[in-house]
Order: sequence, then structure tokens, then C-alpha cells
Amino acid sequence: MTAILVYSEQTGTALELLSAAGGLAPQLGLTVSAAALGADAATAASALAAHGAAPVYTCADAALEGLDTVVVAQALAHIVEQAGASVVLLGSTRRGRELAGRLAQRLGAGCVTDAVSLAVEDGALVAGRYNLGGATVQRESITSAVQVVAVMPKVFEAGEPGGAAGEVVAVAPALPAPAVRLVERKPREGESVDLAAAARIVGVGRGLAKRDDVPLGHDLAAALGAELACTKSLADFGWLPDDRIVGLSGAKTAPDVYLAVGISGQVQHTVGVAQARLIVAVNQDKDAPIFALADYGLVGDLYQVVPALVERLKAL
Amino acid sequence: MDIAVCVKTNPDLELVRVKDRVPVLEAVPFKVGDLDKNALEAALQLRDAAGGGRIVAFTAAQGDRKVRETMKEALAIGADEAVIVSDPALDEADQAGAALALARALEKSGPFDVVLFGEGSTDGYSGQVPSRVAELLGLPELGYARALQVAAAGLRAERSMGDQVETLEAPLPVAVTVVSEINEPRIPSLMSIMKAGKKPVAELTLGDLGLDAAALAPLRTVRSNLAEEQARKHVMLPGEPAEQAEALVNALVAEGVLGR
Repeated sequence: MTAILVYSEQTGTALELLSAAGGLAPQLGLTVSAAALGADAATAASALAAHGAAPVYTCADAALEGLDTVVVAQALAHIVEQAGASVVLLGSTRRGRELAGRLAQRLGAGCVTDAVSLAVEDGALVAGRYNLGGATVQRESITSAVQVVAVMPKVFEAGEPGGAAGEVVAVAPALPAPAVRLVERKPREGESVDLAAAARIVGVGRGLAKRDDVPLGHDLAAALGAELACTKSLADFGWLPDDRIVGLSGAKTAPDVYLAVGISGQVQHTVGVAQARLIVAVNQDKDAPIFALADYGLVGDLYQVVPALVERLKAL
Repeated sequence: MDIAVCVKTNPDLELVRVKDRVPVLEAVPFKVGDLDKNALEAALQLRDAAGGGRIVAFTAAQGDRKVRETMKEALAIGADEAVIVSDPALDEADQAGAALALARALEKSGPFDVVLFGEGSTDGYSGQVPSRVAELLGLPELGYARALQVAAAGLRAERSMGDQVETLEAPLPVAVTVVSEINEPRIPSLMSIMKAGKKPVAELTLGDLGLDAAALAPLRTVRSNLAEEQARKHVMLPGEPAEQAEALVNALVAEGVLGR
């Protein structure tokens, strides 16, 4: 057991995990290896190798085509053994989260999903994750010989490529044909928003009095070059689609700036913006909980503050 | 089509407060997980589409959560029977332990064509249990279903994965997790609530399932569970709206978030 093994089907996320692993490895006395699976394995492997993973295990077996969890778990379990991995870092995307439980069960391992922090304490890896709908952060250590930790995307920053590129090792484990058949994969229809990847977000909440006021949020988002998001209640009213929800029942975001407009700051919402670099709040209630989380607070009537902001931003 | 639905008793998170960074759970009522209700509704719709079958709700009792009352809620929504795995050893169990207890109970009460779950519990939301149960039972998994149909091959699911939408088909038996978009769970009628009290509820111990406390020994320890201390600047920008706007834009430029 000498290695941390990094895997995500999203190469960008895998590079973030590599950067995290690089920080943990010396403290844990482990090396850093990575896995790249499926049709694009070769491309992903060279990026991972260039970023310091050594070795990078690849498998482009046709059974991995649809990335069925059972097949991916089988391939990774094989690689975990070959790499002598005691820590497996996965990306906590939907796919990665589904994989984490399956792989952990197969390895007889404990598991933490949706980790938002990683640290080493007393020689043990400690992963933090939100609990109770985001009200608290539960910090957990896994006690089994192999540990599986799925880390939220964008918690860590990918490093720059550098140093000698690691070796790429092709593996050929016996893989089952996937029982789940991929019938179709297509881009999401209509407007598609990826709040988790957005650099700037304007969030609107129940401070908006009526549906006809939603364009205020759109105007501000456009002026700021931001995506528009909302609390669950606004989506429940049908004012904005569900994919615009930030929080417990929606996206977990990590923008450079989150501008909360007419949002009181219930934890069910704010869990989705805890990773924001800056939080700005506009609310008429100076005691609203959102101000306790804000870097910059503007107490005032959003129907006056937002137009003033739009005007000022347009003048930039 | 015989369907199992795994549910978890959760504290009502709307009522959880935090005092001195510590969550206060005393006097917070328990209820069926939000997504578990979507799973129950999906089970009822699948059974209708398939033209019959039984629906059994399963849970692994944790601590002093009022599990019997929770299962009555699941029965009122429409499950025909409930199975409760109840054992003091479950109090300390982690997701691996809960999954093992559920998997054995599913085997004992099965077979089932479909094992349904919410994609995460309301309180912990780790999403581990469905995949662990599926692995233990050797089942394929359709995760994050936002639409489900009975198909010639078994089940067809649609799911959203980032910027892509996938349609998948799996043979039966299969494990399925659902997201909230899949349906609007029905609210039980007074009649359903009355009938729920008369539906069969089986209570199993770990011994009944060939398990013991050692088999459920947790694979992780919890070091702390506290509200986060956020290092935020807390700068208030007073004045008239135009002054506030000016101050904010200047601040964002100074922070490097906005260009000039």
C-alpha cells in the first residue's frame, strides 16, 4: 500500500484531484498515480502524466464505452491492486458518486463522498463533507485498509504541468459486458446551464415580489457577465427552471463572486455557495442571515439597488 | 413487477438549528426522506405500468429515530408491506453497515424486480447505500433517474449527467436511484393513512439476517460535526443605492473579480 490513486471521468476534475493528492502524498508517505479509462483514455493519460501522476494506468477496453458503474468499478479495483493504492480519490460528479459506493463495497473499503476538504491529522486522512443539509461539516476518517474519497469538483485547483512526465501503463483486466445499455447520449436540450462551472453567479430569492420581476435578475446577471441562479422556492413557484437552483436540492457552486439578491440566507440555500470566493448580499432586512456569510453587504430595497448596480456595471 | 423501496428516517432539516456551532436535534421530528417519497411514487407508477405486483418498503432503524411511524408514512403513500431491520448495532453503523443489513433483508424478503432508492438521504446525502446494496446483490444500477419506463428489456431510464442527457436500459432485476424531478409524490389521503395502520410490518433483528454487530462495524470514524466557521469580510456598504453600487463595483474591481 504505497500510493494514492486518482480517477475521474472528467479530466479537468482528475487534474484537480492530482493537485490535492500532491499535497497529501508527502504527509501520508505515498506516491501519486492515476487512472484513465474508456475511449479517451490515451488523451487523458498524457494530461495526467504531464501533471505528475506516475504511473498512469490506462484501459480502453470496449466494455468501458458507456462508463457503466459496474464495469468501471471492476477496472478500478484491478488498478487499485496493481498500483498498491491505499487511498482512491474520485471526483464527486454524479458518475463519480455512484461509482464511489460500488468501488468501496467491492474493496471492502470505507468511503466519503462529496468531500469539500482534505487534511492529514495524526497521520490520518480527514475528509470534510456537508451534513444535515449543509448546516454542519462532518469530518470523517476512514479506518479500512483502502479508503475511497470522492471529492467535489472545484474544491482544489489543478496545477501546472511540469517535471518529468510519468510512465503510462496499459492494463487489460477481464471486464464484464455492461448490463446497462446506453441507448442514447445527447446534449441537454434548450438552455443549458452549468452553475457548478460558473465564475460569476447572481442568485435571486423570495425578495422578488412577483414573477414579472425575474428580468431584474437577468439584467443584473447580464451586466455582471454572470449566470442567473435562484433559491428552491423560486423554482417551486415555476419562476425559474430547476437547473437554476443553488443549494441543498440544486447546484453546489464555487464562483469567484456570488451576488445574492433578496435571499435571506437559509442554510438549505447557502450550502450551495459556501465555496464562493466572494459573497455579496443585497437585502432589505439588515438582520438577514445572509449578511453573516457575506463579504460585502448592501442593505436596501433591491428594486432600487439592482437598477443602480446594472447602471454602474454598464458604465464599466 | 415486485418492487422494493429503501427508505430512511431523517430529522426534519427545516427544524434543525445550530447553537454554538453544534446542531440541535432534540425535539426535531423525523420523517421519510424527501427523495424516498419520490422513490415510493416511482414504485407505484411502475407497478401500474406493469399491471401489478407488490411494493415493500425497507428501512434499517438507526438510534431512537421513530422508525415505525416513518414506515407508517411509507405505507400510507402506498407500499403494501414494510420491513424494518432493527438492532442496537445499527446505531453506530455507517453506510456500509446499513447497506449490508438492507441487502440481507432484501434477499430474505425477495426476490424483487426493482430495488428503488432516493439518490441520497435528506440528512447525510452520501448516496453510498444504493451503490453498496447493488454491489452486494450483484445488481446493475440505473442512477439519478428523472424518468422511468417499463421496457421490453426491463427498465428504461433517462438521466441528466452534467450537460448531457442519457437514456439507459437495464434488465431486471435492477437497482434504481431517483432524483426529485422524476415525479410529484402523492399526498396520502385520510383513507390511505387509516389503511396504513393495518398493513403488515415485519421487524427483523441482525440475527434473523445471519448478521452480528461485528459484521456491521463501521469503516469510518466521525471526528467532528460542527457548523462551519466562515472567514468572510463582513464589509457593509451604506448609502443611497447609487453610492452602494459605486462602492460595490470598486470593491469587486479591487478584488480582481471585475475588470476595469
